[in-house]
Amino acid sequence: MPGFTDIINAIVLLLNFVFMPALSYGSQLALGALAVTLVYAVLKFANFAQGDTMAFSTVITILITWLLQKSGITLGFMPTALLALPFAIIACIIYVLLTDKFIYQYYRKQNSKPITIVMASVGVMFVTGGLVRFILGPTHHIFADGARFIITAREFKAMTGLAEGLAIKTSQFLTITIAILLVGFVFYFLQKTKTGKAMRAYADNKDLALLSGIDPDKVVRVTWMLVAVLTSIAGVLYGLDKGFMATSYNQLLLPMFAAVIVGGIGSPIGAIVGGFVISFSEAILTYAYKKFLIYLLPAVLQPDSLVQFLGTEYKFAISFVILVIVLLLRPTGIFKGKVI
Amino acid sequence: MSQYNKRVIVTFSIMFFLLLMVGLGQSWSLSLSILNLCLISAIMTLGVNIQWGYAGLFNVGIMGFTALGGLSAVLISKESISKAVTAGGMRMLVALSIFLLTIVLSIYIYKKFKNKWLVIATILAGYFITRYFYIEAAQSIEAINPAFSGYLGGLDLPVLLSWIVGGLLAAGAAWLIGKISLGLRTDYLAIATLGISEIIIAIIKNEDWLSRGVKNVTAIPRPVPYEIDLQQAVWVKEILAKLYAGSLHLLPVSEQATALKAHISDAAIVLVKLCYSGLFVAVLLLIIILAGLALDSPWGRMVRAIRDNEIAASAMGKNVKQRHLQIFVIGSAIAGVSGAMLVTYNGQFTPGSYIPLRYTFLIWVMVIVGGSGNNLGSVVGGFLIWFLWIEAEPVGFWLADLSTSFLDQGNFIRQHLLENAQYIRLIFMGAVLLVVMRFSPDGILPETNKKL
Repeated sequence: MPGFTDIINAIVLLLNFVFMPALSYGSQLALGALAVTLVYAVLKFANFAQGDTMAFSTVITILITWLLQKSGITLGFMPTALLALPFAIIACIIYVLLTDKFIYQYYRKQNSKPITIVMASVGVMFVTGGLVRFILGPTHHIFADGARFIITAREFKAMTGLAEGLAIKTSQFLTITIAILLVGFVFYFLQKTKTGKAMRAYADNKDLALLSGIDPDKVVRVTWMLVAVLTSIAGVLYGLDKGFMATSYNQLLLPMFAAVIVGGIGSPIGAIVGGFVISFSEAILTYAYKKFLIYLLPAVLQPDSLVQFLGTEYKFAISFVILVIVLLLRPTGIFKGKVI
Repeated sequence: MSQYNKRVIVTFSIMFFLLLMVGLGQSWSLSLSILNLCLISAIMTLGVNIQWGYAGLFNVGIMGFTALGGLSAVLISKESISKAVTAGGMRMLVALSIFLLTIVLSIYIYKKFKNKWLVIATILAGYFITRYFYIEAAQSIEAINPAFSGYLGGLDLPVLLSWIVGGLLAAGAAWLIGKISLGLRTDYLAIATLGISEIIIAIIKNEDWLSRGVKNVTAIPRPVPYEIDLQQAVWVKEILAKLYAGSLHLLPVSEQATALKAHISDAAIVLVKLCYSGLFVAVLLLIIILAGLALDSPWGRMVRAIRDNEIAASAMGKNVKQRHLQIFVIGSAIAGVSGAMLVTYNGQFTPGSYIPLRYTFLIWVMVIVGGSGNNLGSVVGGFLIWFLWIEAEPVGFWLADLSTSFLDQGNFIRQHLLENAQYIRLIFMGAVLLVVMRFSPDGILPETNKKL
């Protein structure tokens, strides 16, 4: 039988390598998915440019961070990128409003089929992707500075006397705090403010909303602004956590869409739940449980293989499989695809 | 002559003229290379045009279907590695059959007992047994001579067969995806195809036992003669000696032989490419004729009726989902065929080269620019965009060079621009797509039989 400390060690191990990474990755996905679902609900199309727009804001953040670092401004133990973030949000708002004005607005006014707008968004995705790669190239950039950890594994071990450490990275801490604040703000905005209510009305029934005097242009503008805020923050948090690389942002598209569909298209709470469903499934299925089982099992039963369900190279296959299961069993998603 | 016919003739003459210019100005070999890739692109574009133009199905995963075609070229034509087959072939076969058995069994249990826990238990058990056999099999196959083979090899059959098999493989994948996602929201298909194409590429890159992963498979057998054989063939020599008799006589006798040799080696390259062109043109014509016949048949009218008004067509008793599935499978199969053709032409299978920009996005630009719903338009779009694509890189580089020429060589901005000039193509092509969609949604050759 495993002793008490063995069990605690095993739990700490899982917390450190599965729970914490999944929680922060899930928060980043949830923010991105929230942006996708807002576009879905109000503008009625799947925004394929989401991943690359996230990359765009991150690129702006990185450039401003470098500028700040060069002039000697930093945030102490916090990453300097936080100072640059507001500028990136403004840049992103301008960028999405411009794409709306020059591209999406035309199709909206024409009452085009949703799939045509999806295709236009694919065009925007490639232009944005090209811009991002043109500015920073296809390589990996790390722009997080300040303290890397809030609690290092060694400190944790010294504190508790356990064999396993639970490290909390600054980026993880930031991701979770900011995500909670931001989601709280979005829900408050949608439920309590007049503009938020107008957005919900517009999403629910466009004609009725127009009849009751809601300004459609304003609704669309506010939606894009909200989307830009969510997109920028999600992109920068992801970049602080994993480093910036143009292709990895593009590959976030599938998990984000899966999160939206799992939760139910157009449902903000669904997008958040969906984000965590995807991130936890990925973490749980790609973690190698060898060490965990060594703590818990008697010596005879201990495994020699890695005890991994799926190699990490097939991570995004998990989002796809979840997507397929949802499409087969419950196409409306967990929250029945309620509109906002 | 109608306006439309004039347009067709003018665009095709421009294409011919461009190729002629490249042939005369640069070299015939380059001109034929461009032509061959244009032909392959045109077939790929046709596949997508069938999906988008006939039925309005948005496939964002063309890359995956072409990669499946490419994979089939390897699996059909390469010689089998007998050592690897004896080492792990049996266990891999066991793993595969258990995998298939699991799927069949879980569907059976689901239908018979309607108990989801039983189904989940079956899938989990099947998964672990499969994985047990699979890991050992993969390791033992990959251990055999990893620097040169390290995979199972192929079936050692003629490579032309892989064009058909590639189509079938892509059709199978498309059927699976279509079955799941068609009949729901229209954008679900787009998202599902995006997913499946990424998974197919991940499998091809990581499963070394299957096709060597990113280590690439080279020297795929050809359906046409090799240059070296043509150079030694007597008839080639005779023909060229006759052809160049005039210019050869002007040279001193001692140089005549070397000059003839140079002509022969040039001619051999051109001849090989011409053989490929012949094959590709045959396939393209076959597909265009079949697609045209299908579009003019009652089936084609039904398909267009569904595209233009799904609800009305469905009210008339047409099975919309079934037709969509059919079209999606057919279009993807054509993309698979073209993928196999491309790998055959290149003579190598390089999974690293499958990027969405080249295999999904570029094809979309071809469809939209050429004219969605028009088969000849796909050919024109495939041709023009491929031509632009090849020329856009030097132009982008030149622009970057020119716009920064006032800066000195080591300047940071100049260096950066020159390094990243290739991404201007991405922006440029995206802009072309957006502009054409917005201002000329019909494309170069608009759909002719739009009215029913």
